[in-house]
Amino acid sequence: MCRIGAIKSKVPFHPSRALRLMLPQQEGHDNSGFAMVMQDLDGVFAGYKEQPLLSLACTQNGLKLVKDFMDASGFMPVKEYIPRVNRVAGLDIKAMPHYVFRAYDYPEYFRDRSRPEKEELLLDTRLELRRLLSENDSGYVFSFWPDVLTLKEIGDPKDIAVYFRLWDDNGALMAKNIVTQCRQNTNYDIVRYAAHPFFLQGYTLCANGENTFYTRNKEFQLSLHRGYTGFESDSQNFLYTLHYVLHELKWPISYYKHVITPLPFEEIQQRSDRRELDLIRQSLGHLEINGPNTIIAMLPDSRIMTCCDSKKLRPVVIGGDETTMAIASEVCGLQAILPHRDESRDIYPGEREVVVITPELEVERWKQ
Amino acid sequence: MEAVKTQDVTANDLSWQIQYQHDRCTLCGRCLAACSFRAIEAVMEKRLVGLPTENQPAYRIMPAIRQKNSLTEACVGCGMCEKVCPNQAIRPVKNPYSRQNLLARAGGSPIKRGGRDNLHQDRTLDKIVVGRISQMTDPSLDAERHTFDILAPFGRILPPHELPFKNDGHSLQAEGQTPPVNWIYPVIFGDMSIGALSARAWEALALAVAYLNEKHHMPVRMSSGEGGMPQKLLGSEQLKYMILQIASGHFGWNRIIQAIPRMKADPAGILIKIGQGAKPGDGGLLPAAKVAEHIQAIRGVPKADLLSPPNHQGLYSIEESVQKMFLSMNAAFKFRVPVAIKCAASATSVSVYNNLLRDPYRICGGFLLDGIHGGTGAANEVSMDHTGHPVISKTRECYLAAVKQGRQGQIPLWAGGGLGLTGNAAADAFKMICLGANGVFISRILIQLMGCIGNEQGRCNACNTGKCPTGICTQDPRLVKRLDVDRAAANIVDYMLALDYELRKLMAPIGNSSLPVGRSDALISLDKDVADKLAIQYAC
Ligand code: SF4
Ligand code: SF4
Repeated sequence: MCRIGAIKSKVPFHPSRALRLMLPQQEGHDNSGFAMVMQDLDGVFAGYKEQPLLSLACTQNGLKLVKDFMDASGFMPVKEYIPRVNRVAGLDIKAMPHYVFRAYDYPEYFRDRSRPEKEELLLDTRLELRRLLSENDSGYVFSFWPDVLTLKEIGDPKDIAVYFRLWDDNGALMAKNIVTQCRQNTNYDIVRYAAHPFFLQGYTLCANGENTFYTRNKEFQLSLHRGYTGFESDSQNFLYTLHYVLHELKWPISYYKHVITPLPFEEIQQRSDRRELDLIRQSLGHLEINGPNTIIAMLPDSRIMTCCDSKKLRPVVIGGDETTMAIASEVCGLQAILPHRDESRDIYPGEREVVVITPELEVERWKQ
Repeated sequence: MEAVKTQDVTANDLSWQIQYQHDRCTLCGRCLAACSFRAIEAVMEKRLVGLPTENQPAYRIMPAIRQKNSLTEACVGCGMCEKVCPNQAIRPVKNPYSRQNLLARAGGSPIKRGGRDNLHQDRTLDKIVVGRISQMTDPSLDAERHTFDILAPFGRILPPHELPFKNDGHSLQAEGQTPPVNWIYPVIFGDMSIGALSARAWEALALAVAYLNEKHHMPVRMSSGEGGMPQKLLGSEQLKYMILQIASGHFGWNRIIQAIPRMKADPAGILIKIGQGAKPGDGGLLPAAKVAEHIQAIRGVPKADLLSPPNHQGLYSIEESVQKMFLSMNAAFKFRVPVAIKCAASATSVSVYNNLLRDPYRICGGFLLDGIHGGTGAANEVSMDHTGHPVISKTRECYLAAVKQGRQGQIPLWAGGGLGLTGNAAADAFKMICLGANGVFISRILIQLMGCIGNEQGRCNACNTGKCPTGICTQDPRLVKRLDVDRAAANIVDYMLALDYELRKLMAPIGNSSLPVGRSDALISLDKDVADKLAIQYAC
């Protein structure tokens, strides 16, 4: 079972903190990788919050393909961060030749466009880059979005940290939010894209467990939105549903849980909002998950959310202090980064509960 | 010397032969009374009883029971004689050397019968296995203790972006009207009319449905079949368990419409029957012999052959059907009752389904596909054996066609026709649901539960004759009395409880607490061609 986690802080912190959250939980993963999405960046990208940031792992050829494509599309690079990797012998890591984190200015003709139009452009650009790179077997593009940086690597998380010097807090990579996972790869045919967290148009999500309704989720999502591609993991479904409910249907966040884990018919009948819940269950039945899962998600406004499947088969705990809140599969993860928090205030959400941490670090909880 | 009459029919030409042991027979005559087909008769036989002596002949004239050498009064193997015989002196035996198929047609008219086809024994569903079992990482559930959520929609489902929600930023409020949808048990009792069934058999079904709903909280619904239903039921609360059928003959419909103002409850749905699996492309026929008084009353017709035409007259396209028929049915119940359609599975099913899916009025609330194995009423044998389409691949194709357009579930798919053929309707239903059906409908297995002894090997299948030996599909009051209504209903209730348990027993191992509609990944096939066709995993 994968372990997952997220940290949200009022002060920017370094990714080493995410590693320290994850490593004590190691028993659950098999060291086949580490991945994180950072949002609300500080450090080298602090001054480029409006510019879309491309996160890329690729070959030499991939570099050129991306450069040509971005040039042709009119995107102008404004800031770049190339990690100075530490090539120690014997590291368990299947690194790509190049890692690029590059902020761009929008093409000239796009600068005055509306936010929704820009969101569509960024998505199309990433999808096109993804197509281009996989056609040529030249790399992976993980995200292309303002103020978001994604790193995904295959290998032992500790070695990955050494390789990318993630223990050295040199102030270059900093963020106020990180969602992260150490992976467990059950299929052993390792697909780099399959590593959580997944990202789409400002929505970040990782999940642990299995989605027994994967096939029917996928079959439904395929036609809902062009961005719902890949399906390398059971958990991508959760991201796409989150995006669909919040971004496409523009429903309040409280309905996400009603879609993925609808209430039993009998309970719906006893509710005053039975008509709405019934319609949702009718219409979105194919997005139900019905498998053991815990979900941690980050929204474009940097709220962080967690909820579980309706059978509550996967653990999750939330805790923190005035400046930092964290979510982890296991309490030992919280212990590692927040040993002084008031443990009695830790939250273990129930099967019908949703917990949201706001940008002000307020904790909202409600029952579905 | 007597000429040999080579062309005469003998008992050895018939499909069933009567084995009679005169030494066990006490001549009580019960078999004669029981045989509704008059296939046996009492005769005097001259029998040798030893060697002749001077004052005593060697033979004696003795009464005996003998099979008639007659095609019109041929034994159907129903075994009623055997059942009533106190001494096991008589029983029918299937005759492997039968020429009945030839001889019967030589009479100049096609063979008609009820029951199922006799040819297609090789079932695709039996080549599919539930192969994806939850272990460890996604634990299987406890079928005994876990609560399962087993309901299927009957009615038109709106796509998410068309739900009439007002969003105030915190919550959604549904505004205006949406198409009616009833959540029902995923097994519908298929349409068998009063007329095709005896009033008692129909009553047993209705009783079972009410019992399942009211005592066991299983919202099973039953289709009336064509021909209306008793006025009393139309005006009762129990109408909510009924799906009213309208077919091309429109029998009984007039009286249903007239009863609307008196209805205490809305029916669960309206089902427009276009075709049925046993005799696709064929209409219905209720022979005059079966048009008893109560049927005349319900349908408002005189005693005559009642023919439903093979098509709904005056409707020439899918679009027209949708607009005229569906709209009027919807309007009749003020858009509160879902209207669905039932078609025989056929090469064109997917086109029809696609067309309905795209109907901008969104008024077709269900697509019931009836496969080649279906059938209860009278049909031409040639239709039953040689026309139609297996329901499995058609259901799957319809589902995948909807998937392609992102419209799955919008017109719930219901599949029937041979489900439960081997006695296990739960396994069949489960597999169909995994392949994309929202639910299934069963009929034949219900009459088997009531006591019908017909089968696929040509036993009985005399539903068209009006002589049903079990009283299920005859209107002959003497025969109808044979059916014990309460026992018939109890059998059905018990079976449904077992089926419900078995459904859980299948859902639990794949870790699903709600219906696994479209969970094709749960299935594997041991047959490569089946796996390819249904787009499921092949395993060996
Ligand atoms: S088996 Fe049925 S049809 Fe045949 S003789 Fe006996 S009662 Fe009559
Ligand atoms: S027992 Fe009745 S219902 Fe069954 S096959 Fe014979 S005639 Fe038909």
